Amino acid sequence: MNNLKQLVEAFIFAADGPLSLDRLCALLEQPRGLVRPVVEELMQEYQLSARGFRLFEIAGGYQFRTLPDFAPYLRRMAKERSVKFSQAALETLAIIAYRQPVTRAEIEYLRGVDSGGIVKSLLERNLLRILGKKDVPGRPLLYGTSRQFLEFFGLRDLNDLPTLKEFAALDPELAEAEPLAPEGT
Amino acid sequence: MPIQILLENFSGPLDLLLHLIKTNEMDIYDIRIMEITEQYLSIIEQMKQLDLDVAGEFLLMAATLMHIKSRMLLPSSEEIEEEEGEDPRAELVRRLLEYQRYKEAARLFENMPQLQRDYFTGLVRAADYLELEDAADEEITVGIYQLAEAFHQVLSNRPKEVFHEVVRESLSVAQYIRRLSARLAERKRMAFHECFSPEASRIELVVTFLAMLELVKMRMINIEQMKEFSEIWLTLVVAPEQLDQLSAVEDALGYE
Repeated sequence: MNNLKQLVEAFIFAADGPLSLDRLCALLEQPRGLVRPVVEELMQEYQLSARGFRLFEIAGGYQFRTLPDFAPYLRRMAKERSVKFSQAALETLAIIAYRQPVTRAEIEYLRGVDSGGIVKSLLERNLLRILGKKDVPGRPLLYGTSRQFLEFFGLRDLNDLPTLKEFAALDPELAEAEPLAPEGT
Repeated sequence: MPIQILLENFSGPLDLLLHLIKTNEMDIYDIRIMEITEQYLSIIEQMKQLDLDVAGEFLLMAATLMHIKSRMLLPSSEEIEEEEGEDPRAELVRRLLEYQRYKEAARLFENMPQLQRDYFTGLVRAADYLELEDAADEEITVGIYQLAEAFHQVLSNRPKEVFHEVVRESLSVAQYIRRLSARLAERKRMAFHECFSPEASRIELVVTFLAMLELVKMRMINIEQMKEFSEIWLTLVVAPEQLDQLSAVEDALGYE
């Protein structure tokens, strides 16, 4: 396949979300060993050439996105205004992102306030997902972040989250948080 | 100097406490609890005088502060030390430190590049289109009673058993969740009555229904109806590969 690079580019361009390496290999019927270097080459090319968009590695896949530098202009074209998170929503999202899997009671203990409404609206916006139920009385639901969360913040995976001061030392559970988007592995 | 503070500006009592500690230039590990409690209470009092609702959480924190204050006032005899253990402020300090970290994380999140704010992609996700179509259909949200009624229908459609045999069946809800979600993953959309096979026993029907409710609760599926009394449809709302992650959950469902 001598036009592999163009084909990879075409697939990533036309996909409706970040396209994982596995999915790409399946579509192309080519082994990872062959496809991966091609994707990396493409990423490099877009990085080096002066373009308005670039190939990003996001949520365990690859996606073309405009450069954040141009956002002030691009916002003029957006149909809807981007949603602004409230302080409470950001706090809740941060707690869930760093401490997942976490129950609502644990979130509320950490924040000191009722967080049911916020959790619900974050769920409705698909930024969270339910990971299961905790094996304690009442079997409360356990929450974690979704793949859309990674897409939304342009993260490769959860390890891509910014490191917080003293976080690792004080929160050993963080290391055990289950990785999302297993398809890339 | 009167303190002009609006509770709405704070995301909770911990946020307010942190603010007070900072404005008083206190060391978080050595909070002057008398001072803080006094200030905190006067803020709550002001709010009450202005006839503003003070959220229960703020009152709870006021109680916690007063409790800590009273314990700090007690003479520290050895007996009490043994009984009560650490510094009465310790738990509060831990919570404040932890909260401070997440507050910082929230600030980081705010500044991280976000989709449709900082990043833009060429295509709208297919799922967004689907949502738009659904909205145009004006589907009615199905309530639990309609679901129960539909289930009752399924039960009564079942042919009457002519003979009676006593068998103890052990069916697991987890197993039916897997079965139902696998069928949905294949078909994407399934009619409510299709989920129940006509040959199924009463207990099988019940377990299938429980499996359905569990899936709704875990937000794995959607249940919709176009208009009253019409067919109820089940759709998968997550990617099929997310269903695989269900397996970890099943033991925790709580059915025997």
